[in-house]
Amino acid sequence: MSQIKKSFLLINRQAPYGSSAARDALDVALTASVFEQDISLLFLADGVFQLLQNHQPQGIRQKNLSANLAALPMYDIDQIFVSATAMQARGLTKDQLSLPAELLDDQQIAALISRHDQVMSF
Amino acid sequence: MIFSLLITGAPYSSQSVATAYQFAREALQQGHTIHRVFFYADAVHTGSALATPPQDEMHIPDEWQQLASDNQLDLVVCIAAAVRRGVLDDGEAKRHEKNGGNLKDNYHLSGLGQLVEAAMVSDRMMTFAP
Amino acid sequence: MSLHTLNKAPSGSSATQDCLAALQAGDALLLIEDGVYAALDAYAPLFQHAESLAIDCYVLTADTEARGLTTLNSLFKAATYSTFVELSCQHHPVVSWA
Repeated sequence: MSQIKKSFLLINRQAPYGSSAARDALDVALTASVFEQDISLLFLADGVFQLLQNHQPQGIRQKNLSANLAALPMYDIDQIFVSATAMQARGLTKDQLSLPAELLDDQQIAALISRHDQVMSF
Repeated sequence: MIFSLLITGAPYSSQSVATAYQFAREALQQGHTIHRVFFYADAVHTGSALATPPQDEMHIPDEWQQLASDNQLDLVVCIAAAVRRGVLDDGEAKRHEKNGGNLKDNYHLSGLGQLVEAAMVSDRMMTFAP
Repeated sequence: MSLHTLNKAPSGSSATQDCLAALQAGDALLLIEDGVYAALDAYAPLFQHAESLAIDCYVLTADTEARGLTTLNSLFKAATYSTFVELSCQHHPVVSWA
């Protein structure tokens, strides 16, 4: 089992907290890392808001997602990609993000998708 | 071809569980293998034995159950997502001191490792999202 | 090359534009559920990029019929659930846009 190694791409398109999608995707990423799979995360559309710093979700009685996201490199998940178009449309810059992420244009996103074995969407 | 399915939409609220069912039925008919169906997020309600839709509507939990029993499908309901939302098997019910479990026969509670394993051994991982 | 499934109508969600932006030559696109509304002629301009890449475009007939859609953009070929399975076998990976 552990000899099987596949590349997983998790596509995150939902903003955090308003739905469980962001947390659900993160849990899958952490689990896949336990299985020593090759994991990439791609943040598109409102999914880029997951990467903003200083989440303080105590007031809405939820757990802090950004703390968990910031821990991803410790799980050897360091292939983190963000849509440049989505960032620009939302007035965001790379230095506002909680993780070192690589900005991709649309063509690079298409290429990223096609070089993965399995894609899961959240 | 070996398929696995990841479903995240709630039955009845979203069409995704029904579309996934049609896909699975057709794939089996074509002679393909469904390694696992993983019900995650709101899709865990598919495993509720208490779902009681009107008789003239598709009984989504029953139809999946039937498809599973006819084809030895592995229907896995994410344990963390399910227990949160009140879908418990007898073991979890006992552990959490509830009156009784409500997970349907042919469905099993298990962890996300089952999703990852499915993606590892399947040729195609299909997401059906709300 | 990838199969993209899209299940949202063009208005009210970024799924359509995110999906279309992620297409590359050789990919196929299948509209399902509310995604089938994108096959209306009124939305044809959205698909110019897909057309220029010669993307194979399909629309799930069960979903168009369910919604009473009859006149559709001729770019889209009719698909059954059987077509859906066949497309999933022919393409890799399969990406869901929702």
